[in-house]
Amino acid sequence: MSAKNKTTITAEPGKQELFITREFDAPRELVFKAHIDPDLYVKWLGPRGYEMILETFEPHSGGRYRYIHKDNDGNEFGFHGVFHEISEELMIQTFEFEGLPERGHVVLDTMRLEELPGNRTRATIQSVYQSVSDRDGMIQSGMERGVNEGYERLDEILEKM
Amino acid sequence: MVMARRPTTHDPFNAVAEPKRRQVLEVLGVRELSVNEIVKKLGWTQPMVSKHLGVLKQVGLVSERRVGRQRMYRVNAERLKPIYDWVAPFERYWSESFDRLDEVLEQMKKER
Repeated sequence: MSAKNKTTITAEPGKQELFITREFDAPRELVFKAHIDPDLYVKWLGPRGYEMILETFEPHSGGRYRYIHKDNDGNEFGFHGVFHEISEELMIQTFEFEGLPERGHVVLDTMRLEELPGNRTRATIQSVYQSVSDRDGMIQSGMERGVNEGYERLDEILEKM
Repeated sequence: MVMARRPTTHDPFNAVAEPKRRQVLEVLGVRELSVNEIVKKLGWTQPMVSKHLGVLKQVGLVSERRVGRQRMYRVNAERLKPIYDWVAPFERYWSESFDRLDEVLEQMKKER
């Protein structure tokens, strides 16, 4: 494996959307499989140190999903949505964080998987929120992780920009 | 990774919304560089580099120091911190997930 692949988050000021991009040193077929195979999915989605409970997972058009991230203190954070499109090139799904004070703040996620030379894959996720404040709120909350974990070194900061 | 609040020239969040200015910050990193050194590293014209440095200086993201006839620039980490804090938890969620996905993919490749 070459240099470590970097996750890029792009959220321009005043917009309702954000983009997440990441490249993988694996063919698209495998990256896709890791998104639709429940045994593989639970192995990677979510931050380290959280238990991932996949309660419902129906990866086909019209299918539902619900998962819970559980931290060491027993706090549970639920997420659910519906799949609209599922193919190697394109996955479209809705997403709602159940920890918000009111229901209905649904996000539309579109993920494209692009084949790159050398058996590599680029994933681009576009998340469209209902409002700019919904988007900014989600970024600030860091999904369920509202707590900052200390000041990183400056070179790390720059690397992540 | 930034939110709109005040004009670019006052708000560090807006100042880094411009990709070229992020590139300037990246090139500076933890070093102190002169305009010419930045010009060389980025391959841009000097007026362009100076323009973006000017905005970054104005919002306090970059500080300037005179050394003889040269002006040296470095990143002001304290001003960068709030921007980083704003996006860090969300980014960490996805970075960590995808780093774990890398491990899953390596395992899948071996098992093929």
